[in-house]
This record gives sequence, structure tokens and C-alpha cells, in this order.
Amino acid sequence: MSSIEERVKKIVAEQLGVKEEDVKPEASFVEDLGADSLDTVELVMALEEEFETEIPDEEAEKITTVQLAIDYIKENLG
Amino acid sequence: MTLTISLNDKVALVTGASRGIGAAIADTLGGLGATVIGTATSAGGAEKISARFAEKGIAGAGKVLDVTSPESLAELLESAKNEFGAPTILVNNAGITKDNLLMRMKDDEWESVIDTNLSAVYRVTKACLRDMTKARWGRIINISSVVGSMGNAGQSNYAATKAGVAGFGRSLAAEVGSRGITVNTVAPGFIDTDMTKVLPEAQRESLMSKIPLGRLGAPEEIASVVAFLASDAGGYVTGETIHVNGGMYMA
Repeated sequence: MSSIEERVKKIVAEQLGVKEEDVKPEASFVEDLGADSLDTVELVMALEEEFETEIPDEEAEKITTVQLAIDYIKENLG
Repeated sequence: MTLTISLNDKVALVTGASRGIGAAIADTLGGLGATVIGTATSAGGAEKISARFAEKGIAGAGKVLDVTSPESLAELLESAKNEFGAPTILVNNAGITKDNLLMRMKDDEWESVIDTNLSAVYRVTKACLRDMTKARWGRIINISSVVGSMGNAGQSNYAATKAGVAGFGRSLAAEVGSRGITVNTVAPGFIDTDMTKVLPEAQRESLMSKIPLGRLGAPEEIASVVAFLASDAGGYVTGETIHVNGGMYMA
């Protein structure tokens, strides 16, 4: 079983079409990884599916970097 | 160049498929190879659709859907996905009329038409969009009406929904184009269906005199335009309203 970090990074890479090595913790989806608003919505949907959870819209809006996504998943699944 | 339209391996959802334009659309898409889920408001209507599909050798089934109920929609999509896979062709066709002069219109006549013809388009489309974005391919075709563009006394509620659907389609087309999803509106004119059979003779005659082609349209003549938009042949058309009305209204 891969760690939460690895699973999040893999999904980010897949959804945004970037290399996994570019998915650094501090990377911002929009500014560093080239995501548009629809990409970020799809990314959250993909995270919801991977981790079998529902992320409320007001929380989803705050998840703007790779680390924030990892933190959210850890806090809410831990 | 040869034009072939095939919808093999596609799953299509057509609302309001028990009769009229919706039935013709469901049968045409099915005839081109799509697996079709055709919806009706009653169990009897859904059974009739299934029987029609079986008779015509169309894959798919009739299902019950009340487009105004989120619960009914969730139920339908779950069973449709389990049986056939997620639809990537959606035809929002279900619609009603409750005509009245505005000064006499009841709140219920306004609200029920808005809910069934416009809010349901939002509801069903939103529910199907996730699977289309995942597939990076989708076709959303909303059935509007010439009345949405030209207006018609006694149909302010109906016309508002039909114009609304076209604006909805243009906005959504801009949102999801990058995912290979097209969104178009087909606006039928005076088509020979149960909905137009109830019109008084005098009104029918006055309408006919305004149609350059001099006849009513057949439901199949709407279905063929929908099939084109659903196919790869129509892949570069999006955000558009296609008028199919025998020249009754030229935009």
C-alpha cells in the first residue's frame, strides 16, 4: 500500500498531465502545475474517489497546493 | 469523402422517450448502434419503450424518470450505469407545456414548466457531466423550440425555458469544451406530435401558412439532426442552436 503522499502525487500527476517528479509538496496547482478552474474541480473529484470521501466545496476551495491536499486527506481520514 | 454516422459503443440517455420527438431520437440513436436508455414518467411508459427497442433490435431499455426529482434521477443513473455503463450522450428532451395568457397564468403553471423544462436540464446534465469529463468525450443535446426564439402568445413560461436552455448550452459549451464535450441546442418548429395535435384547427392553419416548406416536420427530421450532433461527424459544432423548422423562423 502506497503512502497518502504517494497516492496524492500520483493523482495530481495524472489529472494535470504533469510528471510525478514535478509534483512537489509546495507546488500550487494553478500557478506551478498549470491547472485551470475545471482541472481543480476534477482533481478534487479524483481525490474523493481515490480516498472514498466527500470533500465539501468550502474545504475544496482551500486545497490549492499538493501539501494542502495531503494534509486534508491525513486530517480527515486519520 | 463519405459520411458515415456510427454510434457503436456509445451509451445514450434520452429523456422523455416514450413518444413524439424523444421516441424518434431514441430509436434513431439506437439504430445507429448506440445503447439507449430512454426514460418515461411512468412504469407503463418505460415498459413500452423497452418493448419498442426489442422490436427494433435496439440495445438498451426504457426506464422510469421524473426529471423534477433528484432521487428519481439518482436511482435511474445508478441502475443505468450498472446495466449499460455511464452515458456519454445525453439528450435532454423531456418537456411539458402549460399554456396560458400571462395575466391568467397560475404560479403552478409557471413553476412546473420551469422545473420540468429548464431546471431538469441543469439537474440531469450536472449528474452526467462527471463521467463525460472522465471519458474526455461527451455530447449534450438539449431540445428547445422555435418558440424560444420567436415567442408565442400564451407560452411565456414555455418560451422562457426554451430560450433559457439555449443560453445554458452556450455557457456550458465554454466550460467543458476542453474536455472534448460538445453542448448544442436543437430547436424544432412545428412538428407532428401529440403536443401539437392538441392545437385548435385555426391555429394550425395559421402556423402552416408561415412555413415555407408547407408542411409539418416529422419527429424523425429532428432525430436526424440530433444524431449528427451526437456523432463524430458533428464533433466541431458546439454552443450552437440548430433551428429545424421548415423555414418558419430563420435566425
